[in-house]
Amino acid sequence: MTGRQNLLYFLSLHRTGLFATLMAAALILFPYIEDNPYTLGLTNLIAINAIIVLGLNLFIGYAGQISLGHAAFFGLGAYGSAIATVTFGLPPWPSMFLVAALVGLVALAVGIPVLRLSGHYLAMATLGLNYVVHTVLLQWDEVTGGPSGFAGIPSLSVADVVFDDPVSLHYLLWGFTMVCLLLCLNLVRSGVGRGLAALAGDETAAASLGVDTRSAKVKVFVLSAVLASLAGSLFAHCYSYVSPDTFGIFTSTDMVIMVVVGGMGSIWGSVFGAAFLTLLPEWMEIFDTYKDFVHGGILVLVLMFLPQGLITGLTDMIRVRMALWRRDHAAA
Amino acid sequence: MYTDLLQYIFSGLTGGAIYALIALGFCVVSNTMGIVNFIQVDFVTLGGMFMFSALFALGLPTVPALVLAVCLVALVAMVVERVGLRPARSDNHLVLIFLTVGLSIILRGIIKIVWGKNRMALPPLTPDVPVQILGASVLPQALWILGLTVVAIAILTWFFHKTSLGLCMRAVASNPTAAAVVGIASGRIRLTSYAIAGALGGLAGVLVTPITTLNYDVGVLLGLKGFAAAILGGFGSFPGAILGGLGLGLLESLSAGYLSSAYKDVVAFVVLLLVLFVRPKGFLGK
Repeated sequence: MTGRQNLLYFLSLHRTGLFATLMAAALILFPYIEDNPYTLGLTNLIAINAIIVLGLNLFIGYAGQISLGHAAFFGLGAYGSAIATVTFGLPPWPSMFLVAALVGLVALAVGIPVLRLSGHYLAMATLGLNYVVHTVLLQWDEVTGGPSGFAGIPSLSVADVVFDDPVSLHYLLWGFTMVCLLLCLNLVRSGVGRGLAALAGDETAAASLGVDTRSAKVKVFVLSAVLASLAGSLFAHCYSYVSPDTFGIFTSTDMVIMVVVGGMGSIWGSVFGAAFLTLLPEWMEIFDTYKDFVHGGILVLVLMFLPQGLITGLTDMIRVRMALWRRDHAAA
Repeated sequence: MYTDLLQYIFSGLTGGAIYALIALGFCVVSNTMGIVNFIQVDFVTLGGMFMFSALFALGLPTVPALVLAVCLVALVAMVVERVGLRPARSDNHLVLIFLTVGLSIILRGIIKIVWGKNRMALPPLTPDVPVQILGASVLPQALWILGLTVVAIAILTWFFHKTSLGLCMRAVASNPTAAAVVGIASGRIRLTSYAIAGALGGLAGVLVTPITTLNYDVGVLLGLKGFAAAILGGFGSFPGAILGGLGLGLLESLSAGYLSSAYKDVVAFVVLLLVLFVRPKGFLGK
């Protein structure tokens, strides 16, 4: 092979790692180029959403299941951290992981019975869970602060560095997002991930080839709940204030839209979907009036025309075109 | 004590009848298309909205307004199926269910733009003079709800057992492939099932909004509880939907009366999760 071919082969072999390195480098440099706190606030929100969407995408895209209630886990994580640090005075970092473990247990308790069933039961059960959590957050005001929210959550800190300004939060949040991204990228290339992909393709076939489908579904459900809970804790420490409205059922549908736009089963797409939907209101002046309309429209259009998601759908289209072009040229 | 109980039972039956209507709508679509139709939620809102416009913008008397509102919702439902769902030409349930979620969000957006975000009040069908029944005082609206629900169920039963279209729909529900083999056009069946789901949801909306007040997302909670009722009774079973609806309504009003009214709305979902835990097929599921 020539040197050029060798290089191309090396690039295509390590494309995932290279992409991840490039992205990490871009993220490290980003605050030097862009120091507007408002913009950084937006990208930080993208990072938080991306963590939830990554987990949810594993569940929807890889395991082929439906959850319309991930805002519940997000909310449990946020309120869990808030209550643990403010009411009980626990240190933020341990409480964050403690809360994530507890939320994982909740997901396990819900997941084991419900994941025996097919799609729409799960959609409804998760929606129901979201509704229950939202109502409890609203009504149990001596613990959660009720409709007015929960304020005064301390910022996270490592040694002397306190994460309370946009730039340090940028590094903290995107650091977490990158770790989750790498985790997911590696997971889907592992035996477990291949099993999940088989499960999404055809459950019966996957089971007959030795994938323990029920336990795989439950595991990935718990994993996605834990990620959502971590994102919730980060959200709470980042804004130092949480209110129940952030964690309603409409947040859950927004998360689903992010997954669908990014592409069901596409890890990189999850980050793109989260970014796209988070930035959308910034690009559209009239967004407030037509928010539902735009969100629903995007979901419907993507599902109708590019059911694999924007990125995967478009790259697939380009790939087909290129293959056709190559064939025509080879013939000529 | 006894009158209290009776009072709770009456209000439970009233709420339950509404859930039953919505649950039936879910079942019809699920039986013929095999999907959960999340748009059902907005059919409920639309029913109330059309009733509001028919009464106040057009100035119609109550009964024609009610009929018009229900017919319009059925029409909207048919348009949604024809324009929104059928072009997708997908049999992937994940895609179809998300599609109904998306269409439901769009419809809610349109409702918000057309009728605004403010809460509106809809007058009851007949003036609010409580009737005394066995010592419990019952609003005439509750009697309307119970009466019209029975009428709707009777019409549905007649439709599914006596008309050729209804028999076709049952054929599709019991075996889609066999139904296709004998030449039943699936498009017409889908359209009809959406129209029925729309009419049922619309009727529920028209009947319940004088009690709950009217708002662009009033249907969301009602619709979700209707769905919970459908699962409670056994998803896809018509008697199950009615039983599930009434059972859920009674549970809700009894728990609001004897336990706590703040968590009244949670009861439905806790019960739902418990049912899924213990008997996922519901009471009357196959």
